[in-house]
Amino acid sequence: MAKATAFDPRPWYLLSPALLAIAFLVIAPICFILVYSFYINVDLGVDEVAFQFGNWQDLLTDSYYHNAIWKTFRMAVIVTVLAAFLGYIPAYFIAHTNFRRKWLLLLLLILPFWVSFIIRTMSWIHIMGNQGAINGVLIWLGLTDEPISMMYNEFAVIVGFIHVFLPYMILNVYVSLEGIDRNLEPAARTLGCTPWQAFREVTLPLSLPGLAAGSLLVFVLTAGSYVTPIILGGPNDFLFGNLIYDAVVSELNWPMGATLSFTLLFLLGIVVVIYSRFMGLNQLYKALS
Amino acid sequence: MKQDSTKRYEKLREVMGNGDIDRRSFMGLLGAAGLVAGVGGGIMTTLSRQALAAGTELHFEGWGGIVSEALRKNAFDPYEAKTGNSVIDATFGGEEEVLTKLKAAGSIDGHNIIHSSGIAWYKRWVDNGYASEINEKNIPNMANVMEAVLKPFRAVTPDHLSAAPYDYGTTGIAYNTKYVSEADAKAMGANLLLNKELKGKIGGWGGDWANRAWYGALQSGQDPNDITDWDAVWDKVREHRGLILKYWSSGAELMDLLAKEEIYVTEAWSGRVAALQAQGHPIGYFDPKNGLAWMETMFVLKGSPMAEAEELLNFMLAPETSIAVAEGQKYPPALDPSKVEMTDMVKGLPAFDPTGKLDGLVFRDPVKWNEVEKDQKKMWNRVKKGA
Repeated sequence: MAKATAFDPRPWYLLSPALLAIAFLVIAPICFILVYSFYINVDLGVDEVAFQFGNWQDLLTDSYYHNAIWKTFRMAVIVTVLAAFLGYIPAYFIAHTNFRRKWLLLLLLILPFWVSFIIRTMSWIHIMGNQGAINGVLIWLGLTDEPISMMYNEFAVIVGFIHVFLPYMILNVYVSLEGIDRNLEPAARTLGCTPWQAFREVTLPLSLPGLAAGSLLVFVLTAGSYVTPIILGGPNDFLFGNLIYDAVVSELNWPMGATLSFTLLFLLGIVVVIYSRFMGLNQLYKALS
Repeated sequence: MKQDSTKRYEKLREVMGNGDIDRRSFMGLLGAAGLVAGVGGGIMTTLSRQALAAGTELHFEGWGGIVSEALRKNAFDPYEAKTGNSVIDATFGGEEEVLTKLKAAGSIDGHNIIHSSGIAWYKRWVDNGYASEINEKNIPNMANVMEAVLKPFRAVTPDHLSAAPYDYGTTGIAYNTKYVSEADAKAMGANLLLNKELKGKIGGWGGDWANRAWYGALQSGQDPNDITDWDAVWDKVREHRGLILKYWSSGAELMDLLAKEEIYVTEAWSGRVAALQAQGHPIGYFDPKNGLAWMETMFVLKGSPMAEAEELLNFMLAPETSIAVAEGQKYPPALDPSKVEMTDMVKGLPAFDPTGKLDGLVFRDPVKWNEVEKDQKKMWNRVKKGA
């Protein structure tokens, strides 16, 4: 009869600071949010402790919330797909360039993070606005007499999202491409592949983990946003996060805000679980480290 | 140093929005600001916080843009030089935002004085337990404040005041005179905001449900202080929504949209329009019949250092300070013109009442509006999003 392995507590001792931090800073607040979702908002900013499902019933039966979820996931998919296309090219360039100071290119990539997210978003008003740079050039070249309206619509919101989140995609794809053996593509070429076939059959499949990790980050960050539509969007451009803002800040209805927050967390959690099931989270760790 | 990096960015953005800087300079400064913030921001912020520890700190939150600039230049800087205390000013997105932060934090740390809007919000701060008790003996300049302004606040807190009334204004209609004539604008009144010919060139304030409902009431032919048909109000709001380019969310954004001709027509705050006019923009302004007037206070939160706060309020209410701020922010002061001689510039400000009685202005009835706020604000947030 095999002897049972003795329980070794030492790894748990070592892990305990991290586990405590996660318990207090992540799990406990989420539990608070869940508990709050059962409370009743009796007046603006006045909540009553209760255990009832009124807020959840509203969420599940009111098409207003369902429409916002649909709009949010639709926008997240659009931004993710565009960021994947637009991000792959610079990532490929950085990974394969012979430029000796590659660190400089990577520095340029993270340089925008030094400027406030809100200011970066607002800068598009001065680029795409009626009196912005693009319209200024078009009018100066005589291509149009009147400014072309580009702001305060879905297009402007998508541009704002891609501008802010593209570096996450590029970095993830870059890390993935950097890990591919440089000899594989020439080897495929010597076996008769065209350059496009070599990329499609060798490089692209091997870089998919990075592409998927970047896509996950861009998707989750987009779906959780609310400021970009406020600054760059029109009245039809809002995401689920804007409903949470309305409930918590405008209506001072924290129980409903907690219900909506937990719902968004749950839905995005499902996306992460699906990703983890198929891709694992290792690639994310690599890129983020 | 009294500003954090975010505040500096806000100011830069507002200067650009107000048309005081060209695009190229803005982009150059933006790059430089990013570099400085990245390289030296952390160290400088730490050092400045240590330096600030010398006097008492008063945290002030207000509406940003020209209003904050006027207060900083004409009130806070001279007050700091005179007393050695520090006023740390910040811009809020609305008083709801401040209340949410206070409730979440469970303390008023970092919050002392709010540039609060109207009696409705005064009552809300009081109802939520944030009412301080101001000793009016420490604010002798309060004697110059219009009785008509003080009276509604005393009705909410009969034993004491928690705020000093400071200014008033109107939310009327601004229009670009290049595209809309004065005669047409005034003939259409509140319905100018529903002019289908201006579709895509109309704006609206998205930050306040009552403002939107007030105009919905005017457009549906109702007395805003006695609305009987809320469905008709929201129908008009939906009609307006279908015509607008954007709901603006701050005074700086309002000025930016009008100055850059993104929109030609919107309801607007009188002082912001006066500032645009002073910069030479072709913007007209009128108050439609029963247009919305409001008054603002400097509300002191319970738990703030009262002696220093009262000293600041007295300093701010001094005629020379109050008039200088009024000229800067373009809103008339709460001082009684029958007691304090106003300058010609103040006398020319929109909404200025030389009688000191404010009889010609229509304010929100807090009883009527507060009792429906919970339901109608929820409704507004939905209508705003197309529901």
